[in-house]
Parts: sequence; structure tokens; C-alpha cells
Amino acid sequence: MRTLRFLLQKEFRQIFRDPAILRIIFIMPVIQLMILPWAADYEIKNVKLSVTDLDHSSYSRQLISKIIASGYFQLTHYSGSFEESFEEIEKDNADIVLEIPASFEKQLVKESEAKLFIASNAINGVKGSLGNAYLRSILQDFNREVRLEWIQMPRPSTQTQIEVTSSNWFNPLMNYKFFMVPGILVLLLTMVGANLTAINIVKEKEIGTIEQMNVTPVKKVHFILGKLIPFWILGMIVLTLGLLISRLLYGIIPLGGFFTIYVFAAIYLLAVLGLGLLISTYSSTQQQAMLISFFLMMIFVLLGGLYTSIDSMPEWAQWITRFNPVSYFIDVMRMVVLKGSGLSDIKNHLLIMTGFAVVLNSWAIFNYRKRN
Amino acid sequence: MKQFFAFVKKEFFHIWRDKRTMFILLGMPVVQIVIFGFALTNEVKNSKIAVLDQSKDAATASLISELNSSRYFDVERNLISADEIEPAFRSGKIKLAVILPNQFGEDLQHVNNATIQLIADASDPNVANTLTNYAAAVVMDYQNRITNNQKLPYTINVETRMLYNPQLKGAYNFVPGVMAMVLLLVCTMMTAITIVREKEMGTMEIMLVSPMKPQLVVFAKAVPYLLLSTINIASILLLSVYVLEVPINGSLALLVAESILFTLVSLSLGLLISSGAESQQTAMFISLVALFLPTVMLSGFMFPIENMPFPLRTVSNIVPAKWYYIIVKSVMIKGVGITAVWKETLILTGMMLFFLVLAIKRFKIRLQ
Repeated sequence: MRTLRFLLQKEFRQIFRDPAILRIIFIMPVIQLMILPWAADYEIKNVKLSVTDLDHSSYSRQLISKIIASGYFQLTHYSGSFEESFEEIEKDNADIVLEIPASFEKQLVKESEAKLFIASNAINGVKGSLGNAYLRSILQDFNREVRLEWIQMPRPSTQTQIEVTSSNWFNPLMNYKFFMVPGILVLLLTMVGANLTAINIVKEKEIGTIEQMNVTPVKKVHFILGKLIPFWILGMIVLTLGLLISRLLYGIIPLGGFFTIYVFAAIYLLAVLGLGLLISTYSSTQQQAMLISFFLMMIFVLLGGLYTSIDSMPEWAQWITRFNPVSYFIDVMRMVVLKGSGLSDIKNHLLIMTGFAVVLNSWAIFNYRKRN
Repeated sequence: MKQFFAFVKKEFFHIWRDKRTMFILLGMPVVQIVIFGFALTNEVKNSKIAVLDQSKDAATASLISELNSSRYFDVERNLISADEIEPAFRSGKIKLAVILPNQFGEDLQHVNNATIQLIADASDPNVANTLTNYAAAVVMDYQNRITNNQKLPYTINVETRMLYNPQLKGAYNFVPGVMAMVLLLVCTMMTAITIVREKEMGTMEIMLVSPMKPQLVVFAKAVPYLLLSTINIASILLLSVYVLEVPINGSLALLVAESILFTLVSLSLGLLISSGAESQQTAMFISLVALFLPTVMLSGFMFPIENMPFPLRTVSNIVPAKWYYIIVKSVMIKGVGITAVWKETLILTGMMLFFLVLAIKRFKIRLQ
């Protein structure tokens, strides 16, 4: 115990010796948490629409004003040739082109059938198909109006109708920030934690102080614990700062209670720090440790379920996410913050995370040899 | 010049000696582009749903099987009563509940009117929206089928074309994004760390007393990474064409040139970071933790920039990856030429010069 106390003293001194790194550890997550969540809004509004109107009839004008009135689209370009409209897409001035062919109105009235063409930029498939879906539903509405103009529909309707009503639970206001802010906090915490420990033991190797440690009677376990505890405390402070910001700036109060988040975060941090230590024991230079940790972070962050849905990934990628601590924490955040899950609801997550923490840290202790 | 090359050679030996780092440097982009190219998609598919069928007739059975067979949904469980809906969501597995009321089939036959209730888990609003839309579309298709597509008068038929990406593959969007991320972060990080390491170890002083200009000493450290990045660019492009089947529709030479320009921007940024950082740890935090998330979120490949609030749209302009992402998308997928991306190219060139000048200015060549 005494050994550990001295070791902790040494580690804390080393941390506080470099004020630059302390500033970065605390200020950077705060700034990112203030800025980044505003970016995450997938609601498609202001789709840039370019119209090629070859008809110039009252119907085509009605249709265009109806589309603009919907609020989803802004008309950025209106011309008489499809080529011009297509160029607008090439230049990114338009996302979607609606072509109203010549004599559209005449055909609709005389032959009871007419065609319209839509072309949308589908590089971002989701954006492309959503814009498409909106436009189509507006066209359907317009179609209904035209029909009512010409035919009296009998009542009750002879046309079969299935009405779909929908409701959104857990986040009826569809506020993206409730989902994004806790998620980004998890990512920041993960990166800060893992990178701090990943570089720590390697640094001792690089400057040669590890040799001095190795000739002391300090036990492996003590050595690793001495590294873990200070960073664990730093991590918890970063988490507290983050939760404060989500509370003050975004008004996020976890329905399942702060306590639940803290319990999970405490174990989670141990796992992440353990991973960093493990990287550290496997690397011989700080550069290597950084590269490995960057490689893992990228996979953890992008396949963590925050940016894209895990269900949509191919089977093998879903297997990767099972070994990704980030995906568990993001899940827990979502459950606790929005669904009000308590400790009993996240029991499985807690167990798995404890497993991660135990395995990663034991592996790190085992792999750190006192002799090179 | 001869001295400069001698220095570059020395740096090369440094990297070459460390086989493990070399291996990671060249292998990492390969693994990442393959994983992300296949695994990242904005699409929402195979989502688990729960069904509460209170009617249990032929109509509901066929509707449920339609939902289940669509690529968007997997019916994970059949609920018995309305009390089970909430626990199903709470366990976190279910993203949508479909409720078919009593006498659904009867109403459909006799009154020509029936209702369906959808409940979405909106803790991820994006997924909730999408799933509700998809489910409504499946119901609509079903409705059209049972009415035998009776032709109504005055019908407007809409024909749709999906430009550039008819199969709606995620890779078309994510490959350019991942390219920007990997190149930026790896180059920035490696340059910053290499130089700061010399400072930390005290070997910088030895270098600075050599007869070479201090700036050249620093440049020499960046050159090998430029060459390694060129190899990475080549392997990423080969993989995206032959493994991920993302075509290069524009000029390959232009794409490579732009990629090298972007690498230079990243190297300059690395130099700038190294001029201010005193320890490798600080350099790492600035080049990795500070750059990573903003690059992911503000370069436009995860979230469309035009949806962002105005201040953030302005902030996104200082993210180098944003401009490179636009260039790659335009050249690689739309197949346009330099005339369409000259503005972005100019901005990147400007950024590179700005970082370089600032780095040289800030670099302390005198010892304290």
C-alpha cells in the first residue's frame, strides 16, 4: 500500500509538471462538446431543387409553387433545358432535378395520364433517397388535387385506404442533441483515456526511466495500478465536465439518473485505460503507440453505433462491434438518458464491460515484463 | 541540396529501421478503407421490429410477412398485448413497433378503411424518421396490390433516376471521406511526432548546429512521409476501384495530384503543430484528439454541411478535409475536371502556404 502511495505521488507530479497537456485534456473536450453536436442534424431540409420546365402551363406553375411551399425544397435554378439543370448538379448547386416535359398538362387532361422525371444526386444515398421520397409525396398530393378537380369522388370512398399513424417515443421532439451530445462525450472520454495511457509506459521506455523502475522491488501490479488510478481520476473529471455542459448548454438530464451513468463510466474507464496500457506494453516508441491507438480509435469511433446504425452493417462488422467498448457505452447512454433505464436494465452491459476491464488490465499486467 | 538529400536519407533510414511502424503505416489505410468501405452505410436496413397483431387474420398475416421480407425490417418478436411494447423498447433491441388493431382485415374489406399504428424509438431521431417512412411505404405497396392496381384516371407517373450511384452504395460516400481522414490524420500525426521527438530527446540541438539551414532540417523530416503517403494514396485508390467497386470516373492524374496536395497540407499542419508542442504527448493530443472528431463531423461526409446552422457552416470552412472531400467526390465519382474544382484546389494550396509560413515563423531555432 505504501509503495502504491509513493507511486501515485510520482505519477501525479509527472502529470502536473506539464501544464500544456492538462490544459488540452480539460479544455479540448469542452470546446468540442460545445461545437460538434450542432453539426449532427440529419433532417433533410432545404434540398436544392433545379426545375426544368418545358411545359410552362398553369399546372406546372402550380406544381412548382406547391413544392416550394412545402418548406423542404429551395428552388435554386429554373430553366428550359435538362442539360443546364444537370450541370447544376455537377456543380453541387442542386441536389435534385425535376423535369416537367412539354405538354404535361395537355396529356394529363386529354389522355388522363402524364409523366414527370426526377433525377437526384445519390452519392450520399440516404440524402438522395430522402429528397426523392419527399418530392414524390408532394407529387402524389398534387395528383390527388388534380383528380378532385376533374372527378367527384363518391363517399364512402370505394378506394381502399390504409391509414398509417405514427408516434415517436422517448424523444417526441426529435431533438438530435439528446442523442448526439452523450454520444460525443463518450467518444471524447474514450480518446482522452486511451491515448493518455497508451503513451505513458512507452514514454518511460523511450527516455529510459523504465529501467530504473525495473530494478526497484515494485510489483508489476502496483506499477500498473499506479498508472491507472491517476488517469482514472482525470477521466472522471472530464466526464463530470461533459455532463455539466450537457446539462447547462443542452438541458440534458438523464432520465435514468446520473448515478447510473457514473457507475457504468467508472468501469468503462478502467477498460479503456487498460486498453491504452496494453497498447503501451506492446509498443517500443511513442510513435508506434500513437499509430496503433489511432487505428483502434478510428474503428471504435466510426463503428460505435453513433454515426451509423449497427443493424445496417454486414454480419462480420457487427461482430467487430461486439468487441468495441464504445458501442456498449453509447448504447448505455441512449438507454439511460432517453429511455430512463436504471442499473438493472443495463446489467448485461455492466457485466460485459467488467469483463473487458478485467481482461484488458490483466493482459497488460501480464505483458509488462520487468526484464527486456 | 546535397546536404539536404543526405538528411532525407538519414530520415529514411530512421523509418526503415523501425519495421513495425512501417508496417502499420502502410497496412493501416488498407485495412481501414476495406472495413469502412463495406461496413459504413447511412442506410438503415435489417432493423429489428416488434409486431402487435390484434386481429390475426389473413390480411395482417400477409402484411407482416411483407414487412419481414423487406430488406429494411426483421420482425424480431410478436407481442401479445400492448403492455409489452414499452419493455420491448427498453431492452434496446427494438426500433419500431407496428400495431395492427382488431378487425383490421374486416374493416379493409367492408369499410375500405383500416388503420395501422407505428411507434418508433426516437432516441435516434434519424433512424426513427427513416423507419417510419419505410414502413409507410411497405404498407402503401400492400394497399396498391390488394386494390389490384386499379388504374385511376388523371394519374401522374413519376420516373426516378439516381445519378452517380444507382445502387445507393454507402462506399460512394464513405470512401472519399475515409480517404480524407486517413491521409490527414496519419500525415499530420507522424510529422508532428517525429519532430517533437527530437526536441524531447534533445537531439534537435545536435541537428541545429549542423551547417544546414534549420528549416531544411525540419523539411527533411517531412519528405519521407510524403513518399509513404503517395504509396498509401495508390493502395487506397487500387482498393476502392477493385475491391469496393467505386469507379474513378474522372482523370486519375488529377485525383493523384490533388491527393498529394492534400498530403502536403497535412504535412504542413504537422509541422505547425510540432513548432508549438514541447512533448510528444502534447503533439499527439493536438493532432489526434483535437483533429479527429471535427474532421469526422465537419467535413461533410457524415452530416451534410448545408443542414448545419450558419456558425457551424462557417467553422467547417477551416477543416481541410472538407475541401478535399469535395474534390475527391467531384473528380472520382462525378468525373468532372479541374475547371469544376479549381476553387477548392486554390483553398487547399492557400492553407498549405499559410501553415508552412506560420510554422517557419514560430519555429524556435535558437536554444533557450
